[in-house]
Amino acid sequence: MARATTPRRKSINTALAWAVGLLIFFPILWTILTSFKIEAQAINDPPLFLFFDWTLENYAVVQERSDYMRYLWNSIIIAGGSTLLGLIVAVPAAWSMAFVPSKRTKDILMWMLSTKMLPAVGVLYPIYLLFIKLGLLDSRIGLVIVLMLINLPIIVWMLYTYFREIPGEILEAARMDGATLKEEILYVLTPMAVPGIASTVLLNIILAWNEAFWTLNLTAAKAAPLTAFIASYSSPEGLFYAKLSAASTMAIAPILILGWFSQKQLVRGLTFGAVK
Amino acid sequence: MGQIELKGVTKRFGEVEVIPPLDLKIDEGEFVVFVGPSGCGKSTLLRLIAGLEDVSGGVIEIDGTEATTLPPAKRRLAMVFQSYALYPHMSVKKNIAFPLKMAKTDPKVIEEKVANAASILNLTDYLDRRPGQLSGGQRQRVAIGRAIVREPAAFLFDEPLSNLDAALRVNMRLEISELHQSLGTTMIYVTHDQVEAMTMADKIVVLQAGRIEQVGSPLELYRAPRNRFVAGFIGSPKMNFVEGEEAAKHNAHAIGIRPEHIEVSTTEGLWQGKVGVAEHLGSDTFLHVTTAHGVINVRVGGEMGLRHGDTVWLTPDASQMHRFDAKGLALA
Repeated sequence: MARATTPRRKSINTALAWAVGLLIFFPILWTILTSFKIEAQAINDPPLFLFFDWTLENYAVVQERSDYMRYLWNSIIIAGGSTLLGLIVAVPAAWSMAFVPSKRTKDILMWMLSTKMLPAVGVLYPIYLLFIKLGLLDSRIGLVIVLMLINLPIIVWMLYTYFREIPGEILEAARMDGATLKEEILYVLTPMAVPGIASTVLLNIILAWNEAFWTLNLTAAKAAPLTAFIASYSSPEGLFYAKLSAASTMAIAPILILGWFSQKQLVRGLTFGAVK
Repeated sequence: MGQIELKGVTKRFGEVEVIPPLDLKIDEGEFVVFVGPSGCGKSTLLRLIAGLEDVSGGVIEIDGTEATTLPPAKRRLAMVFQSYALYPHMSVKKNIAFPLKMAKTDPKVIEEKVANAASILNLTDYLDRRPGQLSGGQRQRVAIGRAIVREPAAFLFDEPLSNLDAALRVNMRLEISELHQSLGTTMIYVTHDQVEAMTMADKIVVLQAGRIEQVGSPLELYRAPRNRFVAGFIGSPKMNFVEGEEAAKHNAHAIGIRPEHIEVSTTEGLWQGKVGVAEHLGSDTFLHVTTAHGVINVRVGGEMGLRHGDTVWLTPDASQMHRFDAKGLALA
């Protein structure tokens, strides 16, 4: 029996959903609003919501003081590079776990996931030392590698879940038809997994874009991405709220836009397999 | 070309022996059906021949050369799967062309062969569609087309009609039979449906628990089943078995009588009984009659105006009777 929904109940649910949605969005909205205030009004008590003197001054100051484009470029390279590198490693790994599982496959997956349970700071010291030895400090390639490793468990897990949804008979058919392993992955598996791979890529870019622990600790100036750009405006003294907000808005804008346009793909990808 | 021979082939999954040592010879151009209840190992046997599973022991020869360790594509066999296993992201044309593309065939030849297969299978108008836009029967034809273009030594069918509705199944059954007539290629066909086995096969292999119970033409199996399992599995409705006193009269542990070999009378006969369920098909009447020897199924040609509760007399045709010993083996 379908559950009965009265119009009244429906409107209450709608109102609740909006309330929760706004609550979640509020910090971002507040950041954006604050970025248009002058510093004095940014710390006004009581806080000013919409009625203040709108200004673009903060953006001008931020752009003048730091080179936004350089940080943006670093972010793009680090997020994109780590995702690409992650895919190259994760597609074959997920393929073998999904289609030729061994007795240990489940354990390996759990072990990979368990590395995400360790606080990052726990391995900061060894990784920092490694970076010094290898001359990777403040280099984009170093960050690409670290972020790839950090997010690899998630990429493998997501791809594994998608691949499991692909009927094994289709791959067997490809094998009967004479496809080599490479051809099987290239012509049959990958095209069928495109929706899954796309959402994995999107999620991973977002995670890498927003990653702040390693990007802050392993960079100084050259390879610093947008997270470092924001952090440079966070200061214990002085009136920097509005400028900090402007920097934050500039840093999150690209990823926010990407997320907005790909939200369908993201939701479909994340619920893939849950509903057939 | 298309002779396949299995010599002492076994398959184990871990400790479980799914197929004990098995020998089988399939002649060139034959239509062989593996039939048996679910879990009897018939699909596993087909997958061993295809090379999708590795044998645990024994030898597989195709056209006289050993193929036991060859990868699937090198065996020159084509397979049609129960789920069709079409490539959902490719058009019908690309699906059919895929094995040729993998074999690096000249594009012109591919074009020609695909067009040819499509016309045989009535798919010419659908070449640009995706599998998702086709009906079940059309998808099955695409899967067959993909097999045909390879010009294989033998076709392997793994329950290809199970996902189709009853009417379509009868059509496809005919189409596959016709295809076999026109191509003359060896076909191995797996099914749990004994009607498919009886109607299509040159040779039926009845399997149970990985063992071959009997190999023979459909009518050989129908007329001279080697044991009770085959007797009960081949024929529809199923053969009736009677044990005890009645069987002893014929010097057997059990006797088997097919439903169509029993005469029904409302006035006189050997066994008295009451009609339980009467199924009126028009062409036939199926009666389930409760007698002192258990429920006996009877098939009468044409319409017989009997209903639930009617008293009838049944007389089995002694010349069509099958006799079995205590182990279930047929007595001569």
